[in-house]
Amino acid sequence: MSSAIAVRELRKSYDGVEALRGVSFEVRAGEVFGLLGPNGAGKTTTVEILEGYRRRDAGDVSVLGHDPARSPRALRERIGVVLQQSELNPLLTVREVHRMFAGYYERPRDVDEVVALVGLGEKGDARVKTLSGGQKRRLDLGVALVGDPDLVFLDEPTTGFDPAARRSAWELVRSLRSLGKTILLTTHYLDEAQQLADRVAVIRAGRIVSMGTPAELIGETRKAEIRFRRNGEAVVLETDEPTRLLHELTAEAVAGGVELEHLEVRRPTLEDVYLELVDGERDVGE
Amino acid sequence: MSVLLHQLVFEQRIFWRSREAAVFIFIFPLLLYALLGALYSDEIEIDGTLAPSSDALLAGLFGYGAANTAFAGLAILLVVRREAGFLKRLRSTPLPAATYIGAVLVSTFVVFALQSVALLALGAFVYDASMPENVVGFAGSVVLGTACFAGLGIGAASLVRSAEGVSAVVNVIVLPMAFLSGSFGPTRDYPAFLEAVGDVLPLTYFLDIVYGVYLDGDSLFADWTALAVVAAWGLAGLAVAVRRFSWMPRER
Repeated sequence: MSSAIAVRELRKSYDGVEALRGVSFEVRAGEVFGLLGPNGAGKTTTVEILEGYRRRDAGDVSVLGHDPARSPRALRERIGVVLQQSELNPLLTVREVHRMFAGYYERPRDVDEVVALVGLGEKGDARVKTLSGGQKRRLDLGVALVGDPDLVFLDEPTTGFDPAARRSAWELVRSLRSLGKTILLTTHYLDEAQQLADRVAVIRAGRIVSMGTPAELIGETRKAEIRFRRNGEAVVLETDEPTRLLHELTAEAVAGGVELEHLEVRRPTLEDVYLELVDGERDVGE
Repeated sequence: MSVLLHQLVFEQRIFWRSREAAVFIFIFPLLLYALLGALYSDEIEIDGTLAPSSDALLAGLFGYGAANTAFAGLAILLVVRREAGFLKRLRSTPLPAATYIGAVLVSTFVVFALQSVALLALGAFVYDASMPENVVGFAGSVVLGTACFAGLGIGAASLVRSAEGVSAVVNVIVLPMAFLSGSFGPTRDYPAFLEAVGDVLPLTYFLDIVYGVYLDGDSLFADWTALAVVAAWGLAGLAVAVRRFSWMPRER
C-alpha cells in the first residue's frame, strides 16, 4: 500500500457553518506531509477526523486502510497522536508516563530507547510537572512514539517554542522520517512546512487551495520582485524578466545620476506564495 | 485484565503521590471522625434507637467517606483529566475505554476500602467504637457505596464544564448532603423542610444500610427500599454519563 492516508471530498459542518468544503489529498507512506493554513482554516478539524475524534459529514477517508470513524483498535495500535494541547500526568516521571502508555500497545518500543530518542534521557526520572514547555512537548512526542506507530500526527508541534527549541523539534521530526514513519504535520508556520514537509497542502476556509512540494508551490508564481526606494517611498515591481527590468532601471538611474536606495531583487519565498494563497484579497498586480 | 491491572497500578501511584488527593480524600474523613468523636460523648439517636456516639459517627463518616472518595474524588479526577486533554489523548491509544474506566473505579474502591479500615482502626483504638456486627455485609457496603457514588461522580463529571470549578461544585453538593443525611451528627433538631430534603438524598439511604450491617448485624439486603433508592441514584448518575460524558475538553 503506497498511500497511508487517502481523503476524498471530505466535508464537515458545525452548526450549519461549513468547516470543510470538499477536502481531498493523499499522504504517501513514508513521507512528511504538511497541512498548512491560518487558524480556523480547517487543519485541526481535518486531522481530528483522521485521528478518529470527529465524525465527517461526507466524503471518503482511509487511514492505513481503516475508516477512522469506526476508530478500530487495529488502527489505534498503529498511529501516534500529538495533540496541540494535552497535559500528561504531572505526578508521574518521564519514564513512568512512557511505561504507562507502552502498556496499552501489543508491541511497544523499548521505553528507555524512546525516552532517549526524544532527548529526555537525562530527565527520565524527573516528574512531568518539573519539565519545561519544550521538554513537555518532547514528552508528548515520546508518548506518541512508544507504541511504535507507522503514522504520526503532529498538530502544530512547535507552537509557542523559542527558536532553539523549534530547531531541535525539527531535528526530531527529521529523525522520525528517517525511521520510515509517515508524518502528517499541521502548522501555521511556513518555514516549518518548508523545512520539514516533502509535500504541502495549503488549506484556506475549508478548501485546499494549493498542493505540492515546497519548491513546486514557490514555482507556481514565477515573478521576481525588484524593490527600492524613490524619494523616500518604497517601490515594488514584479516581473517575469528581472534581468531586463533591472537593466532598464539601473541604466535610467545612472543616466539621471540617482541612487536607487535599498535596491534588491528577491525570488518569492514560500511565505509570499502562502500569503497570496491564504489572502485572496491581496493584489498580485504590477 | 492485565491491562486493567497495569492501569490500576499507575492510578494508585498517581493518587498517593498527590498530596491534595491524599489529604482531601483520604485523611479528611478520618480527621472529621477524630474531631467529632471528641465533641460528642453521649448517645446519638438513629432511627429511634440510641447508639453510642462513637459508633454513630463512625458509620456517618464512613458514609461521608464513600461520597467524598467516589463522588467528589472521581468527578474531580475525570474533569481535570478531561480538560487537560488527557482523556482525549487516551482515546487515540488502543486502551479500551471500559478498561480505563474500570481501572479508575477499582482504584477508587481500593482507596475507600483502605479508608474504611483506617476509620475502623481509629474507632477501635481511640473511641472504643464497636466493630461491624456483619463483617461481610460491611465489606459489601464498601462496594455498594463506591458503586453508587461513583455512578453519581461520573454523571457529575459529565455536567461540570471547567477544571477550576469542579472542586467547588462537588463540595457544595457533598458537604450539605453529609450534614442533611446525618453523617456529622443527629438531624433530629433540623427544621422539617431540611429533613425532607435529607429524605431523598442517596447518602441518607446508604447510611440506613450501613447502620443495619454495622450496628445490628443485618444483611446488606435487609432494607430493600434503601437499597433501591441507593441503586436508583447510582443508575441516574450513570444515565447522565451515558448521555453526556465526553472524552474531549469542554472549555477552549
